[in-house]
Amino acid sequence: MIALLHRDLILAVRAGGGFGLGMAFFLIVVILVPLGIGPDMVILSKVSVGVLWVGALLACVLSLDRIFSLDYDDGTLELLLTSPIPLEAVVTVKAFSHWVTTGLPLVIISPVLGLLLGLQVSDIKWVFISLLLGTPAFSVIGAFGAALTVGIRRGGLLLSLLVLPLYIPTLIFGANVASKGLSDISNSSSLLILTAVTLAAFSILPFATALVLRINLR
Amino acid sequence: MLLSIDNLSVSRGGKSLFEGLNFTVSSGQFVSINGGNGVGKTTLLRSIAGLQPIDKGKIVVHADNFIFAGDANGVKTALTVLENLRFWNAIFGGNNLHEALEKFHLRKLKNRFAGKLSAGQKRRLSLARLLLTDRPIWLLDEPTVSLDKTSKEAFSEILKNHLESGGAAVVATHIDLGLTLGSLNINLEDYQTKSGNINSSAKAFL
Repeated sequence: MIALLHRDLILAVRAGGGFGLGMAFFLIVVILVPLGIGPDMVILSKVSVGVLWVGALLACVLSLDRIFSLDYDDGTLELLLTSPIPLEAVVTVKAFSHWVTTGLPLVIISPVLGLLLGLQVSDIKWVFISLLLGTPAFSVIGAFGAALTVGIRRGGLLLSLLVLPLYIPTLIFGANVASKGLSDISNSSSLLILTAVTLAAFSILPFATALVLRINLR
Repeated sequence: MLLSIDNLSVSRGGKSLFEGLNFTVSSGQFVSINGGNGVGKTTLLRSIAGLQPIDKGKIVVHADNFIFAGDANGVKTALTVLENLRFWNAIFGGNNLHEALEKFHLRKLKNRFAGKLSAGQKRRLSLARLLLTDRPIWLLDEPTVSLDKTSKEAFSEILKNHLESGGAAVVATHIDLGLTLGSLNINLEDYQTKSGNINSSAKAFL
């Protein structure tokens, strides 16, 4: 399993691996929004949480189809299905490595971008924490969607239509954690629900994803 | 006995391919699956590997006993030859990495990116995976496609060694691999579903 994680990370950073695609998209969105809205720091800091969260969500969706389609195309997925590693573990590792290469970089640069959007230094930690807890759910839910659409040429549109509704709880509670934290209201209930959604996704969805892959590879 | 197939019927895309297939494979045995295109050779191998559901009959095989090599190579073009093999070696928990490199004449190529290999070299890299594990049954779908004459002979030799050391192989192939000892030839055309009946239309979507 560590070998699979290692391989996926190497493949992501090598040529054509798509690492940085999500991050570049995220950067562009967050840098362009202030240009569109105007330099009013009060307005900017009000919309900043929403911009960061929606930007992160869309950046994740952008690279979802790569989770399984590359391995499907060259036959590796079929071989992994008959390998000693349980498919549920394969799926979990692949979702995790998608998060490491897509979600984690976004989380790491979010404080800098938060400053760009007029957030106070003291408020940035909530943006960071909410993204850190929420983005793993994007990857694991996305892996489920990617498994449903594996083998479909240009399945990107269908994939985003399938996963976007599933992303809504994470988006609502994640943005809620950050915005409540910003205005110094207690956000512990949202924080707990956000964490629960991520944990539930990680504990249930790999089984569904593995089942869907088996059916799709028949 | 490593593998037994009893009264097997299989369909693909809702069309029944063959029915009433019986055979058993024990250690040291080579089974060659013949028949024209679309007769169900690949489907049979995929069924044995558990990749696809069967209609009727029974396949008895232990999941840890076989290794499957399909028509796709499963080679990552962005990784080097050695990295590709190392990955599968870790997955199968094997320790024959250098033997595999040696036997398939990949040592000189080991630091090249798999994307830069020729089709035949990629095929050799893909087949080298078989030596990384001690799993006895090799399920091979057209293993010699795009291999040159020397590589084909080398592969026959590797296959022979595998059989002599107690392994077994079920191979879908059009060519004669020169293996006579303990070999069983199955022509799937003899088991072809006569009417070619279409199953219920709903099944086609499964």
